[in-house]
Amino acid sequence: MSARRLRRRFTSGLMTLLVCALCGVAVLALFLILGDLVVKGASSLDWNFFVKNPVPAGQAGGGVANAIVGTAIIVGIAALIGLPVGIGTGLYLAEYGSGRLGWTVRFIADVMNGTPSIVVGIFAWTWLVKPMGHFSALAGSVALAVLMVPMIARTSEEMIRLVPHSLREAALALGYPRWRTSLRIVARTALAGIVTGCLVGVARIAGETAPLLFTALGNLNFSTSLLQPMQALSLQIFTYATGPFEDWHRMAWAAALVLMGLVLLLSLAARWAIRQRHVAR
Amino acid sequence: MTTLPTEPIPAPLDDAFHPLPEARLLRALNVGDRLYQATLTALALMLPLLLLALVGLLVVKAWPSLQRFGAQFLWTSVWDPVAGTFGAAPMIFGTLASSFLALLLAVPLALGVAIFLTEFAPRWLRAPVAFLVELLAAIPSVVYGLWGIFVLIPFLRAYVVPPLRALLGWTPFLSGVFYGNSLLAGAIILAIMIVPYIAAVSREVLLAVPATQREAALGMGATRWEAVWTAVLPYGRAGIIGAVILGLGRALGETMAVTMVIGNRHDIGASVLAPAYTMAAAIANEFSEATTNLYLSALFEVGLVLFVITVVVNAFARLLIWRVARGAAVGSRAL
Repeated sequence: MSARRLRRRFTSGLMTLLVCALCGVAVLALFLILGDLVVKGASSLDWNFFVKNPVPAGQAGGGVANAIVGTAIIVGIAALIGLPVGIGTGLYLAEYGSGRLGWTVRFIADVMNGTPSIVVGIFAWTWLVKPMGHFSALAGSVALAVLMVPMIARTSEEMIRLVPHSLREAALALGYPRWRTSLRIVARTALAGIVTGCLVGVARIAGETAPLLFTALGNLNFSTSLLQPMQALSLQIFTYATGPFEDWHRMAWAAALVLMGLVLLLSLAARWAIRQRHVAR
Repeated sequence: MTTLPTEPIPAPLDDAFHPLPEARLLRALNVGDRLYQATLTALALMLPLLLLALVGLLVVKAWPSLQRFGAQFLWTSVWDPVAGTFGAAPMIFGTLASSFLALLLAVPLALGVAIFLTEFAPRWLRAPVAFLVELLAAIPSVVYGLWGIFVLIPFLRAYVVPPLRALLGWTPFLSGVFYGNSLLAGAIILAIMIVPYIAAVSREVLLAVPATQREAALGMGATRWEAVWTAVLPYGRAGIIGAVILGLGRALGETMAVTMVIGNRHDIGASVLAPAYTMAAAIANEFSEATTNLYLSALFEVGLVLFVITVVVNAFARLLIWRVARGAAVGSRAL
């Protein structure tokens, strides 16, 4: 009996170690990638990188100012389009979503959360780029907004549902109409959570490349026109990484470091926002 | 996560019961409520409409190709834009092969993370490690691709492929020349990318397993691992399978990272060291070069096939997960 007991305890210990090691491998992968980004990217970062536009291959210097501004504009417009729809859908699901329509919308949101982004890209191309006759930043923003809505909708709904029912009842008992209760009491209480969801959503689309390939296209020059092709950091990284020049590869790492920094900043801001009102487990 | 009841709040009573002036006020306010509900409903309807528009557009655009090639499109492998013959079998094969290989690598890792974080890790370690693993989901796809090209592939070439070959080189799975860009590289990158999704959802599923399950097993004299293996994992099985399928859905539709490392060659082969192609990569690479209508239409059909597969896979996963945590957006923080 004792040998058997020993074996069972040994197995338990071994599996504990194994599980711990597997988790370690996952975390190690993260640190490897982030570490490589810093090691290979940081050396090419200088002031010029942020304020200059790209120069032709072979010339020294140059930066990705146009891509940084482009990413900000494309993602900003996408957020302007996607956030209201997403939060509105979330409010609907939390307030009126107990019926069949609610179930359907919730299910579609969850399913569309996994839509391949490239498919959304060709969708935006057909609806916006082709009729307009040219590539545009706006089409890119719309594609990103489409990717964003399902995710924002579901996280907003979750956060609104966490608001205690008694709060809602108290407001209604005081004679507040339902819409004001919903907006001023319920949504206000869940605001930190909703902001977190939005920041995470923005962070996720900020790094998207595939939907921009056939919409924003990329641009060698500095452009702020929404109706013209626009460069984005992710597109720039793709071009540089797959190109043949050593200089380009160097720039790709630096641009990736900047993009990663941006995404990390948004993710950390999201975490900070949720700390303001502790609703997470 | 508890779901709060959301029964409709009773509407204000009819005028007949309120002969007071306030009743008019109530009705006036009710207009605001109706407007509010209508606005929210309109916003919520945009998602289903979007889905319909997406499917409709893909079908319409793919129609010429659908008509021309029929079901043959799915299992013939000639992709010749010049001759106008299109068969998507190699990219369908590549998509499935890379995704399943990725699952093979990612599932043990992700389950290890989830089990470690819910069952074995000391409390202070849980939140930070969970955050770090979720950060893997925050890394943009194109950055994974960059890392794949310049770090992973050289590493594979130098340290992984030669010993693998020495050990198992006689099997057809490791035959042929290794150029770097390959099914293997694509699958490894995909695996790292989907670990956070599978881990986050499995973790929430495991957290939803009642503590009494563990206590009962431990009370019967089970070791900690036996409690996990016999009481916790079986209880969360449906949800974990859902998590894995969700990861599969992610892997199937992933575009940029795979495009950058998989080699993009229309070929079906057994070797994981050979270049391959995926549906998403084909669209990304060839969409802007599609000069003829039929070519474009074939690419739309590829998009349609990809979309249908991912929707079916995702729907299946969601239903499984919902069974465990009804209606909750499990893992939404990672998505």
